[in-house]
Amino acid sequence: MRELGLIIVPLAGAALAALWPSDRTRPWLLPAVGLIHSVLALWLLVAPPTVAPDAWLGFDALARAVLPAVSLLFLVCAVYGVTYLAVRPERPNRMFVASLLAVLGLLSAGHQARHLGLLWIATEAVTLAAVPLLHFNGTGRAYEATWKYLLVGGTGIALSLLGSFFLGYASLRGGGGGDLTFAALTAQGAGLSRPWVLGAWVLLLAGYGTKMGLAPMHTWKPDAYGEAPGIVGALLAGAVTTVAFVALLRVRQVVDAAGAGAVADRTLLAIGLFSVVVAALFLLVTRDFKRMLAYSSVEHMGILSIGAALGGAGVWAALFHVWNNSLTKGAVFLSAGNIRRAAGARTEDEVAGMAVLAPVSARMFVVGMFALTALPPFGPFFSELRIIRAALAKGHGAAAAVLLASLFFAFLGLSRLVFAIVDGRPKAAARATGPLLLETAGVIVPPLMLLALSLWLGVATPTVLREAWDAAVLSIAPMP
Amino acid sequence: MNGVTNLLLGLAMGLNLLALASGRLPSVIRAAAGQGMILGVLPLLLEANTHWLVWLVAVSTVVVKGFVIPGLLQRAMRTANIDREIEPFIGFVPSLLLGAGATIGAVALAGALPLLPEHSGSLLVPASFAMIVCGLLLLIGRTKAIVQVCGYLILENGIYLFGLLLIESTPLLVESGILLDLTVGVFVIGIIMDRIQRAFDSLDTRKLTVLRG
Repeated sequence: MRELGLIIVPLAGAALAALWPSDRTRPWLLPAVGLIHSVLALWLLVAPPTVAPDAWLGFDALARAVLPAVSLLFLVCAVYGVTYLAVRPERPNRMFVASLLAVLGLLSAGHQARHLGLLWIATEAVTLAAVPLLHFNGTGRAYEATWKYLLVGGTGIALSLLGSFFLGYASLRGGGGGDLTFAALTAQGAGLSRPWVLGAWVLLLAGYGTKMGLAPMHTWKPDAYGEAPGIVGALLAGAVTTVAFVALLRVRQVVDAAGAGAVADRTLLAIGLFSVVVAALFLLVTRDFKRMLAYSSVEHMGILSIGAALGGAGVWAALFHVWNNSLTKGAVFLSAGNIRRAAGARTEDEVAGMAVLAPVSARMFVVGMFALTALPPFGPFFSELRIIRAALAKGHGAAAAVLLASLFFAFLGLSRLVFAIVDGRPKAAARATGPLLLETAGVIVPPLMLLALSLWLGVATPTVLREAWDAAVLSIAPMP
Repeated sequence: MNGVTNLLLGLAMGLNLLALASGRLPSVIRAAAGQGMILGVLPLLLEANTHWLVWLVAVSTVVVKGFVIPGLLQRAMRTANIDREIEPFIGFVPSLLLGAGATIGAVALAGALPLLPEHSGSLLVPASFAMIVCGLLLLIGRTKAIVQVCGYLILENGIYLFGLLLIESTPLLVESGILLDLTVGVFVIGIIMDRIQRAFDSLDTRKLTVLRG
């Protein structure tokens, strides 16, 4: 029942938000629903329910290992959202609040989906529900970004549906009864028809990889993250990508059972390495700090994909990295949103001296950047270290070298742009108008909370989380 | 019965090529609509015992794919006062040749893949693959947003067709969920198209070039 609450409460909240009469009080629904969701998710994390093996929907080991991170990220973003929407009274927020809550409910369904068709429906619905969030600013650029998101994302979604059908046909051809739960497909294992399984893997990797933003299917990402509000960017980068990653892990398990696990791992490793290299190259040249975050997200998705390719230890590290990515990326997106508002611009040509104009946000941005580029003792350092160790243990020395080099260049690119924005004298235009944003507690505390959580994950990873990741790894990729 | 199905599928594959070769917007919309209607009828021919849910899916597919979505696109075309000529990235003759090549390739690919005995004589799988490739070609090779949406519709038609292979084994609940999602998707695309039209005063996606780098 609690696990259904994770889906129903946000969806009911979305319906309520759509009916709520006042633009001024409506945003408070966000933290209210976020709080209920977080309490439920953490309760489920500590006391997981038993899931029937043939259930279509359930809070299983994999959902337990990642969904609480999404929930916490949403709660913090929701608190930030109240202040954000209060300083944007000129934009009607009915669609925005309702869509945000709908996205949360559908994300919860997607993480818990144990059925191929249901998983597709949930992720597709997330994509569609996120559309009004992207063009909240209502500018021509925002619509352009939304169009690209719909066209690239829509094609990706179509491919993943075709891949799901392929997997269904593989089961049918292998004499299966058409039961498309992941448990049944895995049980059928080697009975699945191999050519169809391989076809399904390619299509599903392309489809869900588009949603994660793995290169070369990442082209929608910089536009969408650049134009959307910071809170939306945080949720896209930290929560929507997570559901696609979980989908890939579930599919990989079926492909592995069908005897094509080595092929799946090779493709995951290749596409992951390609993503980190592409991201590092773009990070070295981009001049826009919101688009920079999109390329950083591509980099981290690549790291997740590499981790997923490295067997039990790698998957464990990848699940750890999901938490680090969600929380750290959230902090950076929210502080970048503050800086964007304070400066009124987004490129290093127009923005400088933010340490003077928005001192607290600028400091958080710098610290967040260091956390994101794996400075110890923040969480990302430890998960990335584990992924590199898993790569070396598996004998992928060259892959580890490429990953390390890309991380180094990504660090150069990120720190170059971040310090160009933070340091120096404010531009003449900014000096004339003064800061455009008051750094109130409402916009400072949420990113600070996320940074603290990222630090906490690094220095004292809670035992319950380690247990949850152990259980998830056991359930999908048994340790050798 | 297989003969009738194959005839309809052949017709649908012909509409692919028509959409690729056509230089006028209304005929591309009509090709996509006709294809959608043909696909809507197919479940009735394929399913041995016609459950009322099968009728529901068939009727709603014909109505949505054959009338509602094309109607929306035609309205968008009229209100936006769009120039009816299509300006391609990939010329009409090359796209037609690519489409024809894709159709042949689809037949060959379907022959190479292991099919269930009851599907091996049917054009279902080749038609599905051909539609997917032709839809992608329209999506990539045209500049007008409405034609791109038509390409997306044809791509979806191909996937829907492949889904029909599974209609006996997968519960109709999933099928109708999928249909619903796809429909909502096209509606959302339509709404965004309307906004783009207002913001840019054009539905030429070549004007969407502010975001780079």
